[in-house]
Amino acid sequence: MLFGYHWDLTSNWTFALSILPILLHGMLVTIEATLLGFFIAAVLGLVFAVLRGSPTRLISYPVAFIVEFFRDTPLLVQLYFLYFVLPNYGILLPAFMTGAVALGIQYSAYTSEVYRAGIEAVSRGQTEASRALNLSRADTFTRIILPQAVPRIIPALGNYLISIMKDVPVLSVVTVLEMLNVAKIIGDRTFQYLIPLTMVGGLYLLLTLFASFLVRALDTRLPKRGIPLK
Amino acid sequence: MSDDTLVHFDKVTKRFGDFEVLKNLDFKVKRGEKVTIIGPSGSGKSTVLRVLMTLEPINEGVVYLDGDPLWHEKRGHELVPASEAHLRQMRKKLGMVFQQFNLFPHMTVMRNLTEAPVRVLGLSRKEAQERARELLDMVGLSDQADKFPPQLSGGQQQRVGIARALAMRPQVMLFDEPTSALDPELVGDVLKVIHRLAEEHDLTMLLVTHEMDFARRISDRVCFFDQGAIREEGPPDQIFTEPKNQRTQEFLHAVLHPEA
Repeated sequence: MLFGYHWDLTSNWTFALSILPILLHGMLVTIEATLLGFFIAAVLGLVFAVLRGSPTRLISYPVAFIVEFFRDTPLLVQLYFLYFVLPNYGILLPAFMTGAVALGIQYSAYTSEVYRAGIEAVSRGQTEASRALNLSRADTFTRIILPQAVPRIIPALGNYLISIMKDVPVLSVVTVLEMLNVAKIIGDRTFQYLIPLTMVGGLYLLLTLFASFLVRALDTRLPKRGIPLK
Repeated sequence: MSDDTLVHFDKVTKRFGDFEVLKNLDFKVKRGEKVTIIGPSGSGKSTVLRVLMTLEPINEGVVYLDGDPLWHEKRGHELVPASEAHLRQMRKKLGMVFQQFNLFPHMTVMRNLTEAPVRVLGLSRKEAQERARELLDMVGLSDQADKFPPQLSGGQQQRVGIARALAMRPQVMLFDEPTSALDPELVGDVLKVIHRLAEEHDLTMLLVTHEMDFARRISDRVCFFDQGAIREEGPPDQIFTEPKNQRTQEFLHAVLHPEA
């Protein structure tokens, strides 16, 4: 029994059917971790991209170092660090939060590069025209540059959303009950691994296909009038 | 400095690496004057406009705009490099039209014309739209307000560019080769707009162009630039019919009789 659901081992089909609600429970956690992780990555990545582009080296250099550090260390190392080391310094987050933050931090390094590429793809002329019109730097960035950069990078950001989704099982090592962890527990208790793990694979496929579909729909629906996409 | 001087380059040097684009340049423009800058490419003529629009900082000398240093601030008796706040204060007096138009492609024509007046001058959206409609009318594009820039022809885009700059009510308008990126048959409409602007308004205008006939018709003064300095300047009739400097003669000959 898990989450109040009993499994029925009379046949393969009844077993599969009986554990489906349990796996869906885990899938919900997977989706939540993905969304929270992606949200953190999307926001933090933009912050990193902006700071890294700062004309002040005292800001841009340390940020570049941090981004590089996040990108070049394994997710598992970061996750262990957050989960086992931070509590020593009084920072105690629930496992789920720790996992989402680890995903967000790791992927913020990637998304910051995506933002940077998107921002650099907006022509210099746009900044110059903004300056000639005396727009403030903040207005130039939020009203002229970013609205032209974001539509270009939706596909790249969407790929990272799917990557994050596929990295969620890593969180099982810090006891997050996401889909794979749930399947493994079912296997441990019933000695039937084939069916739950196959079902996790199938559900993952459905999830990622659905996510790709959403990203593509967003990409085609977002107004791009006049924004040259390269 | 006499009171009617609006723009004054005082021994200005501008370098890109080792290359001196402007060499110890002295250059003055009077209030209301229409000045055309001609010269070979790489002579520094666009740089003059870009320095004035605060797009390119200078290395030496001082640029004055309406009596105040542009790239410097006065601190006591000394001039120190200008802060962003000072630059923003100075930019209020300037407007610029770019060779590549540089319209905001994600905004409608109307929005292109109202964004800065609303955000910078603090106009209400309604006031800004009224002003924008007048300007669109002036450049002959009143029916294009809801289009996006890429839906317009190059000539139409450039006229939007002119209207957008005028919407900020500048004292000095800078035209950086406004027709160089246009198909030949679209040049006329843009020149007509600039011509009307020159005749009907007391705007100070600085124009970098390769349209010699046009320069001759609208300018009070023509400056021939070569290697970062003014080689010759004078009324258009004199420059175009009896240039004194040999480089001017060679340049005009090459431009006006390309096959000779």
